[in-house]
Amino acid sequence: MALDTRTDRRPSFAGVLWRSTVGKKTAMAVSGIVMLLYLVAHMLGNLKIFFGALDFNGYAAWLRTIGEPFLHHEWFLWIVRVVLVVAVVTHAVAAYQLSRRDTAARPTAYSHRRRRASYATRTMRWGGVILGLFIVWHILDLTTLTVNPRAESGHPYENAVASFSTWYSATLYLVAMLALGLHIRHGFWSAAQTLGANRPGLDRPLKGLANGLAALLTLGFIAVPVSVLTGVVS
Amino acid sequence: MKLTLRVWRQRNPDSPGAMATYEVDGISQDMSFLEMLDTLNEELILGGDEPVAFDHDCREGICGACSLVINGDAHGPERTTTCQLHMRSFQDGDTIDVEPWRAAAFPVVKDLVVDRSAFDRVIQSGGYITAPTGAAPEAHATAVPKPVADTAFEHAECIGCGACVAACPNGSAMLFTAAKVVHLNSLPQGAPERESRVLEMVGQMDAEGFGGCTNTGACATACPKGIPLFSIAKMNREFVRAARKRG
Ligand code: HEM
Ligand code: SF4
Ligand code: FES
Repeated sequence: MALDTRTDRRPSFAGVLWRSTVGKKTAMAVSGIVMLLYLVAHMLGNLKIFFGALDFNGYAAWLRTIGEPFLHHEWFLWIVRVVLVVAVVTHAVAAYQLSRRDTAARPTAYSHRRRRASYATRTMRWGGVILGLFIVWHILDLTTLTVNPRAESGHPYENAVASFSTWYSATLYLVAMLALGLHIRHGFWSAAQTLGANRPGLDRPLKGLANGLAALLTLGFIAVPVSVLTGVVS
Repeated sequence: MKLTLRVWRQRNPDSPGAMATYEVDGISQDMSFLEMLDTLNEELILGGDEPVAFDHDCREGICGACSLVINGDAHGPERTTTCQLHMRSFQDGDTIDVEPWRAAAFPVVKDLVVDRSAFDRVIQSGGYITAPTGAAPEAHATAVPKPVADTAFEHAECIGCGACVAACPNGSAMLFTAAKVVHLNSLPQGAPERESRVLEMVGQMDAEGFGGCTNTGACATACPKGIPLFSIAKMNREFVRAARKRG
């Protein structure tokens, strides 16, 4: 066998990662954490709805001015959107490819079945699909206003109230937020494990933090539709 | 004890298999699980039937040859190897399901015997050190701090049985591969191949058709040697570090 005395091309870092199961999972963990950070900020922002229409709409208008005059109007928002689209697509493509591989690696089931994984762990795939569909619905509802019953551009408070006053939109939102809580309950700890941050003394704190984040996000997000349904916000 | 066994029977890799039911009587609580199967096989042979094929070698829990999924648990209900599992872990009159390791990378050869040579190829790809051979080196030539030696030893305990793959819902070999990577990458003797080892071994593991890790943790629960789940986190860290240095 002749050995190359010189190799001209070293494989790229991203290439080495994406071609292996370990690296692909790393991409999932990083994109997951990016989405998670966004969701924490998003949830906190949503809570401004409790201060009334003026506050909430003003906050939404301010979001478009972040970074001015260095950035043009709405540029910050568009940067965030691009980052999020990249994160969602990376996450979903890696999840799909790894899931296909995982099912192929275990073609025959045991006839004596055992339930080994927790509910949150077992529902990562279907929960992820629910979240993906919800993201599409959510954008059509409150960003592009395509399916919103009120669809008044520049009035997010009124649009949100109109949307959550319909039974289907409120139900969709509640289901998706429960799925989100479960996804983060396993996902946050899992990401720490994938990124190699987990170690003996950290396991319990990380699991606690995962549960805390899951509860915080789920409760924070569902507070809005629940308040509309109960008439606290109208 | 009198037991009902439901055992996976499969003539060869290409024929379909099925669970077959057998009754065994006169089983002592002090027998190991494999001795119980020996008893069944003696009866089968006397009756002119084909004995059940299963893997075993040392029968003292150190070689990693034995491999049965018993009532859905790799190596059965206790945290030990099948050869060290005793019938006192079962009740008189029990029905016990016995199946082979299930994974695409571990094809069934016959009955309960699977081909685990995929593990050998993973080891060949990087589970070694390139120290010069010859006379034994002076023991103090390379100092290894006690905690590092302990970590390395804890991971060197892996016997390559494959229970981790059998227990994993994705047929993943991450725990096995991590045990070897962490064992050798912890030690100064393993340092020269620190990067190539983890890249090659993970590459070979993927090439063999093992699944990816979903951090379910079934592997570490099944492992008879107690290789911890943290090993996988450590291998992930080693992998990204090596990819960065290479890329
Ligand atoms: C497009 C919709 C989504 C899909 C299809 C999806 C799917 C998945 C799947 C299949 C896994 C792997 C589960 C496992 O290893 O058992 C996963 C992990 C994860 N997901 Fe998602 N998910 C989606 C959205 C999200 C969102 C919105 C977040 C933000 C919080 C998120 C955060 C995470 C995290 C942090 C992990 C753990 C990554 C790791 O284990 O390294 N995912 N997701
Ligand atoms: S890690 Fe444990 S279960 Fe897996 S092969 Fe090694 S000893 Fe067996
Ligand atoms: S036969 Fe050697 S470990 Fe069980």
